Amino acid sequence: MSTDLEQFYEIFFEEAGELLAEMETRLLRLDILSPDPEDLNAIFRVAHSIKGGAGTFGFTDMAELTHVLESLLDRLRRNELELRAEMVDAFLHARDVLKHQLDGHKGNGSADPAEVEAVNRKLKELERDTGSSHTPSECLSETIESASVEESASAVGAAVPVAVAELSVAVAQPVSVPENAATYRIEFDCTNLARPVMEKLLADLSRQGQLKNLTEPGNETVCTLQLSTQISEEDVWESLAFLVDPTSLSIEIAGKIADDSPLAAVVPEPVIECEQKHPPAIDQTAATVVEVQEEKEETITPVLSNAASPVPVSLVSSGAKQPAGATAGAPRSKSSAEQSSANSESSSIRVSVEKVDQMINLVGELVITQAMLAQTASQIDPVIFEKLLNGLNQLERNTRDLQEAVMSIRMMPISFVFSRFPRVVRDVASKLGKQVDLKTVGEGTELDKGLIEKITDPLTHLIRNSLDHGIETPEKRRELGKPARGTITLRASHQGGSVIIEVADDGGGLNREKILAKAQSRSLPVNENMTDQEVWMLIFEAGFSTADVVTDVSGRGVGMDVVKRNIEGLGGRVEIDSITGQGTRISIRLPLTLAILDGLSVAVGDQMFIIPLTYITESLKPAAEDIRTIQGQGRVVQVRGEYLPVIALHEIFNLEPTVKNIHEGILVILDAEGSKAAMFVDTLVGQHQVVIKSLESNYRRVAGVSGATIMGDGSVALILDAVGLVNVTKQRMIHAA
Amino acid sequence: MLLTQAAAAGESLNPVGNLASSEFLIFRLGKEEYGIEILKVQEIRGYDAITRIANAPEFIKGVINLRGVIVPIVDMRIKFNLGEALYDQFTVVIILNLSGRVIGIVVDGVSDVINLDTEHLRPAPEFGGVIDTEYIIGLGTMEERMLILVDIEKLMSSSEMGLLEQTGK
Repeated sequence: MSTDLEQFYEIFFEEAGELLAEMETRLLRLDILSPDPEDLNAIFRVAHSIKGGAGTFGFTDMAELTHVLESLLDRLRRNELELRAEMVDAFLHARDVLKHQLDGHKGNGSADPAEVEAVNRKLKELERDTGSSHTPSECLSETIESASVEESASAVGAAVPVAVAELSVAVAQPVSVPENAATYRIEFDCTNLARPVMEKLLADLSRQGQLKNLTEPGNETVCTLQLSTQISEEDVWESLAFLVDPTSLSIEIAGKIADDSPLAAVVPEPVIECEQKHPPAIDQTAATVVEVQEEKEETITPVLSNAASPVPVSLVSSGAKQPAGATAGAPRSKSSAEQSSANSESSSIRVSVEKVDQMINLVGELVITQAMLAQTASQIDPVIFEKLLNGLNQLERNTRDLQEAVMSIRMMPISFVFSRFPRVVRDVASKLGKQVDLKTVGEGTELDKGLIEKITDPLTHLIRNSLDHGIETPEKRRELGKPARGTITLRASHQGGSVIIEVADDGGGLNREKILAKAQSRSLPVNENMTDQEVWMLIFEAGFSTADVVTDVSGRGVGMDVVKRNIEGLGGRVEIDSITGQGTRISIRLPLTLAILDGLSVAVGDQMFIIPLTYITESLKPAAEDIRTIQGQGRVVQVRGEYLPVIALHEIFNLEPTVKNIHEGILVILDAEGSKAAMFVDTLVGQHQVVIKSLESNYRRVAGVSGATIMGDGSVALILDAVGLVNVTKQRMIHAA
Repeated sequence: MLLTQAAAAGESLNPVGNLASSEFLIFRLGKEEYGIEILKVQEIRGYDAITRIANAPEFIKGVINLRGVIVPIVDMRIKFNLGEALYDQFTVVIILNLSGRVIGIVVDGVSDVINLDTEHLRPAPEFGGVIDTEYIIGLGTMEERMLILVDIEKLMSSSEMGLLEQTGK
């Protein structure tokens, strides 16, 4: 069996991974005081699904743990227990252990047995605290099958609100269950099922109840089974779903349900079908829709929801004991709807990034060609060439659309990054004994995939910083008249061609005096007249840390200087706003993609160069007397009391400039990683968004140049490596001095 | 007999590969005719606006935009000091694709594509030419013409061309 089942392991691993992720999101969303029953149900379902899968594949460790988890969750969702914060902690811990176990089965790492034991004990303790009839040994020894029986029993319990004591009796006595036995007709596509898998499946099912194999002899494609059992349809589905292609699986109730059931009137024959990628069809109306498979999903969904809605309603109103199968109908239809939505999400193809980049390049070329055509066409007679001009206009629109569409391929919503932070905040806050809420705004904001990957670490650091240094302890906050719970807000938005990501906290804010004092002790050039902005930027200096606040939370990992360097490396910049006592906001401004850069184009002689805007602080026309030489070699320019070395671009690139005297040209003041310099150019041409092209792919690295780009007229302009140039000049000045 | 000799000679000089029958693109540099393997040629285009690159050797004219790809341009006439480095409407740039690396070379003109069998191939004699014999596959003869067949890939990746990182300063 093991060899044949292995091909299904992958599916299980994938599904279980997704389920665990969903569980975490839902757990974090839970409001302790008034938990959303929807979430509790969903978490329960997740635990249940994993248990089913793990049982099928013989991962008993996972099955045991999820079982314990499930029984506690089950009582929570039936309001027998009150949700407490420590339960959520235990659940999260259990989730982590499950993840480790899952990874262990996948072959990387393994779960710590002691930890597993600890979680197991904790969960049971939590359950026992409230006087459950379960004994720990019972929980452990219970197999999947008996768990399923219990499950169906509790499903019955769910329909009838029962008191706590009464229910534990109901669980212990499965006597009432047989009345609810239902007969299912199961059909699925067994073309791809290996014989041993099939045998295992049949064996599993026959343990659940009476199994009849109705498969027509010789029919190799469709398997038909009849199962009379007391377990719910949901459970039948679960035990099959991991082995059988769910899209071909159909389970329907063959046996007549009790006539007096009010449900029968509403849904004569609840058919749960999952065909192709459509949501399951309930009732004739939906079934007819399913036949029209070409129809879009949107058109089906409303019909489905209409058809489905009477089911839970009638269940609630009936109140009496419902056949297990029918009870399960409602939740089943829901979870398979979720499944189908997951399916539609995954209808994507994997394409290598190179292919996409190549496409982006080609489209970029197309845009340039189109611009050239448009320019040429503007000179021709619009009367004679009317048709040509119309065509060109259309070409322009189409190329724009095409460019946008192609660029969007690389874009991903920032929620990919944000989604990991609720957990970070929760863990760090509880470690620090602080109460912190995380608010995220604008998760749908899209940015380049490359950026998404690289922004995660800096953001994590900023959030840990806010948690540690920003937000005060609850006691202190109360003293200050603030709500005890602090808030950290993560906000993403588009602004022009950039993406702004903000990390804001309502904590103590930065302390100007403290930072200045620290800076002075490190003999950084500071004075009392610096603006707040400038003072705040000091915290990005390498090794800058107000020593008395270093803890293990923000003491590890990257420092603020690394954060700044990382972000500047992505072509972005960081800004800080802070009001003492009210909070700090750190804004990161990033270009939309790594491949595009905001630049200032400057001319030297007949050549154009691009200076990345990130490094430019200002540009000015100097007065002749502000320019001095040092020992007749290095030139410096005085800008507001500061002497900056002059980088003459034409000297570095051996060009013939049109302007030779510095005071006749323009100086662009660069600030590259703390070092400042003035770059001498002939003129400023304009500000552009340029597409970065590699010079190295066909040539080699050139000193002072970080890349190249293609201008609107098709010519190539070099992008200057501001950091490199400034550093080279600085060294030269040191040598000269 | 002759054939095997030539082949053996060719091989001993250049272990590049089987040249039993290859097509060569013939271009002119001054009065000399050179041939390069046609499969290394991506396209042939006119000489266009070039962006100079700082501190590059004189024979590297700069880079051009070839449909979105930045391509360095080497002027072979300057490199080998052959003919005059004139840039007019007849100046031709051969775009080479050397195992993924795209490089353009400026030549005086492209004449034809010929099919050379190994029997037309002679090993290059040892003499001090502008091109080190290390980069010459052999000399081809076509009627009265003598074609210098160059292993362009080896030449372009050689340290003296300075096109690759390790040779850069």
